[in-house]
Amino acid sequence: MEYIVGIDLGTTNSLVAFMQGDEPVVIPGVDGSNLVPSIVTLDPPQPAADGESLPRPTVTVGNSARRALIATPERAIYSVKRLMGRGIEDIGEDLKLFPFRIASDVQPGEVLRIQLGEMSFTPSEISAYILRQLKRNAERFLGAPVKKAVITVPAYFNDAQRQATRDAGRMAGLDVLRLVNEPTAAALAYGLDRAADAPARTVAVYDLGGGTFDVSILKLNDDIFEVVATNGDTHLGGDDIDNLLLMVALDEIRTEHGVDLRQQPDAIQALRKAVIEAKIALSAEPAAKLDIELPGGGRYQREIPRAVYEQLIQPVLERTAGPCRQALADAAMTPEQIDEVVLVGGSTRIPAVRRLVDEIFQLSARGRRPHTELNPDEVVAMGAAVQASILAGSSAATDQLLLLDVTPLSLGIEALGGVVARVLQRNSTIPASATEHFTTGVEGQTNVAIHVVQGEREMAKDCRSLARFDLKGIPPMPAGLPRIEVKFLIDANGILQVSAREQRSGQQAQIEVKPTYGLTDEQVEAMILDSFDHAEADFAERQLIEARLEADTILSAVDKASENSAWARLSDAERAAIFAARDHLIAVRPGSDLKAIREATTALDAATRRFAELMMDEAVSQAMRGKTMETADRTLNADEIHAPHPFAPAQIEDEPVAAAQATGERHD
Amino acid sequence: MSNCARCQQPMHDSPLICAACGAVQSVAGIDYFQVFGLKRAFALDTVAVEREFHRLSRRLHPDRFARGSETDRQNSLAATALLNDAWRVLRDPVERVEYLLKIEGHAVGEEHAGKGKSAEREPPPDLLEEVFDLNMQLEEIRMSQRMGESAEASTMTEIAAAGKRFEAMLGEVDAALQAEGAKWDAGDAATRAQAAKKMIELLDRRRYVRNLVRDVRAAVTAQALQQELYGGNFVAESL
Repeated sequence: MEYIVGIDLGTTNSLVAFMQGDEPVVIPGVDGSNLVPSIVTLDPPQPAADGESLPRPTVTVGNSARRALIATPERAIYSVKRLMGRGIEDIGEDLKLFPFRIASDVQPGEVLRIQLGEMSFTPSEISAYILRQLKRNAERFLGAPVKKAVITVPAYFNDAQRQATRDAGRMAGLDVLRLVNEPTAAALAYGLDRAADAPARTVAVYDLGGGTFDVSILKLNDDIFEVVATNGDTHLGGDDIDNLLLMVALDEIRTEHGVDLRQQPDAIQALRKAVIEAKIALSAEPAAKLDIELPGGGRYQREIPRAVYEQLIQPVLERTAGPCRQALADAAMTPEQIDEVVLVGGSTRIPAVRRLVDEIFQLSARGRRPHTELNPDEVVAMGAAVQASILAGSSAATDQLLLLDVTPLSLGIEALGGVVARVLQRNSTIPASATEHFTTGVEGQTNVAIHVVQGEREMAKDCRSLARFDLKGIPPMPAGLPRIEVKFLIDANGILQVSAREQRSGQQAQIEVKPTYGLTDEQVEAMILDSFDHAEADFAERQLIEARLEADTILSAVDKASENSAWARLSDAERAAIFAARDHLIAVRPGSDLKAIREATTALDAATRRFAELMMDEAVSQAMRGKTMETADRTLNADEIHAPHPFAPAQIEDEPVAAAQATGERHD
Repeated sequence: MSNCARCQQPMHDSPLICAACGAVQSVAGIDYFQVFGLKRAFALDTVAVEREFHRLSRRLHPDRFARGSETDRQNSLAATALLNDAWRVLRDPVERVEYLLKIEGHAVGEEHAGKGKSAEREPPPDLLEEVFDLNMQLEEIRMSQRMGESAEASTMTEIAAAGKRFEAMLGEVDAALQAEGAKWDAGDAATRAQAAKKMIELLDRRRYVRNLVRDVRAAVTAQALQQELYGGNFVAESL
């Protein structure tokens, strides 16, 4: 059986799902969790093995990488999705807010590379490591090779961001059959539960994830999911809320305690963890507490009442309202014409987000409630699995379903004076095509340069540069006589293809495509993850090798356990249980019973769970005491940070005062 | 009607897909009307065409050929793009008129007026006076906005009224286009030539009036923003 999996490659978490019979099911990782945190860390350098000139770099992905995020932040990266398909000249804001370390030799106009320890990687390569982990999780779960996938992208992703995602899939050894827009995937996941004879209806999907925001308006009719309008912001999400809270805390720690943590990436990561926990708590509780030990023995203690928190994040949430209204306008609809609203993305758990959505779409005023039945973290991956099943033609439940999506951004060509001549309007159903004619301006001219852009602005320089095409090999003719027909085709993935022909001579004009922020085929080829993924011949053997590697990883961690101060905090019984599980794993490891090795590994993992938690605690408090100063030279461009002060000093009793202070300082 | 490229059976309804064997056909030389098996006409039953759009989408879409051969996939992509292009243009009454005139060999829009000296900037003679007044008022509003002041209430009222008149004029143009279209659909060659000429003029007038409506809307929106900004509402709301 050939499996096609559905993958949600998220800013914060990534998931893989598949169609089990007629139901989409999320596949858990080795640790039992459905969510694989989108964190990648480069493992410490290994000594070269005999006969190898260079050791192969290895990485850790997901929950296991979390620890390294605090211990060795200079070898770790998260939220890499923000960098996909972008150039160094348009990530200034992100550099202020995220500890991205861009390789020092990256030039404007080049594909970015991120420095992890002694090596550098493109965002697509980092994403490929995440995808490869998901692929392995799926193979482990399904007991069969997985080579094909549907991957979701934010609906508002432009051509370069989509290409970067597709490249990542290829590097991970996946044939990416389709890129599906995240809100549309969510609609598909919900749509499956519906009766087939339901009347036509209009659905809005509001998708606020870790780093991206999308809104899509769909018409559902007779099993056809037809997107009529989409809008969004590829740099807006839960990350922005975390950063806001983080900056406030950093600022307060500096002004109240005279401690500047901004130069300490490990301390910042620990603080980030604390503010994220506070954010999550504030979705359910009226207040959350931050209580953090500082270098020098002081404590940063702060209560955040929900009202203050909501006022702080309001500007971030408000930024989702504009795209919603634009999508409604583009669909030529009023809020009252939206029958149902679907909430997607972890950030839609925030009550203030739900109130905003209610207001925008007039839900409670009409006695309606948004759909939240499916887990907002998992619904996109489930929808991707549904689309995978549509492509595979493998399930009766999806046999009749058809998804008609649109291109989120208008396509244009730079015309005389730098203005944009629109070739295709946004919200055109894809695949879509357009034909334009070009000619020469000089006698005997054999080349015509064309600049393709994407976006809604009037001037080409304000739009996203997609590519520059050189039409070559035009037969020499008097100026204005050649008639070159250029065909633009946006495929079902939302990716542009271009072809050209000189009509008078019938000659196929050559096109040399220079994608502005993309990798060439050769570059992608060279980056295909160098692993035994290609040795498809012996899948069982590969699984055995991987199982033994997994076993080795945990065994070596247990060997070093006694060096950690957390070890002393375990009870004798806990230590005995760990040793027993360890000895069992050592015994079964050399054998060829895959199941036995895996079970023994899982058992040892379970036995050491409490130890891992204790160790994590130690790492956090150590980081906060500033004991790992060897990384202190890494900066976060911290001098740029000017945080608002929404929290009144000390423990807050009186909310209105706090609120007033917040507004007062925001305008300084 | 031609025959299917694969099974050689004669083709019915849409030339994009063979009803007998399901093979997607090459799309070269097929116009938007033929996509839906329609004769060229300005009048269109959009409900019926939408139904046909959905029916054909189900059969042509690349999703249906994900496991097919490279040729099948390329044909499906090209055919679905053509289907989507056709539906996008034909469902819009104005784009439909422009498209049909163009494939009937008429020059419309920029090609008709010539680039640069576009008809959009030369007012139709009967509107000269009114357009002159409107432009004066718009300029007045822009001036005050540049100074950070609100324009005179009376000017705004006049502008709004002018906007309403031009919007109504758009409606009249659209009705006239429809009437000429009906003449073309039913008429002989001479009637068609006359109707086409009339429609090309109407399209020029429409573009001109539409730009006026757009300018008025922009001025009114900018004014509303200005009032919020300086009326204090904007500041309070942004907190």
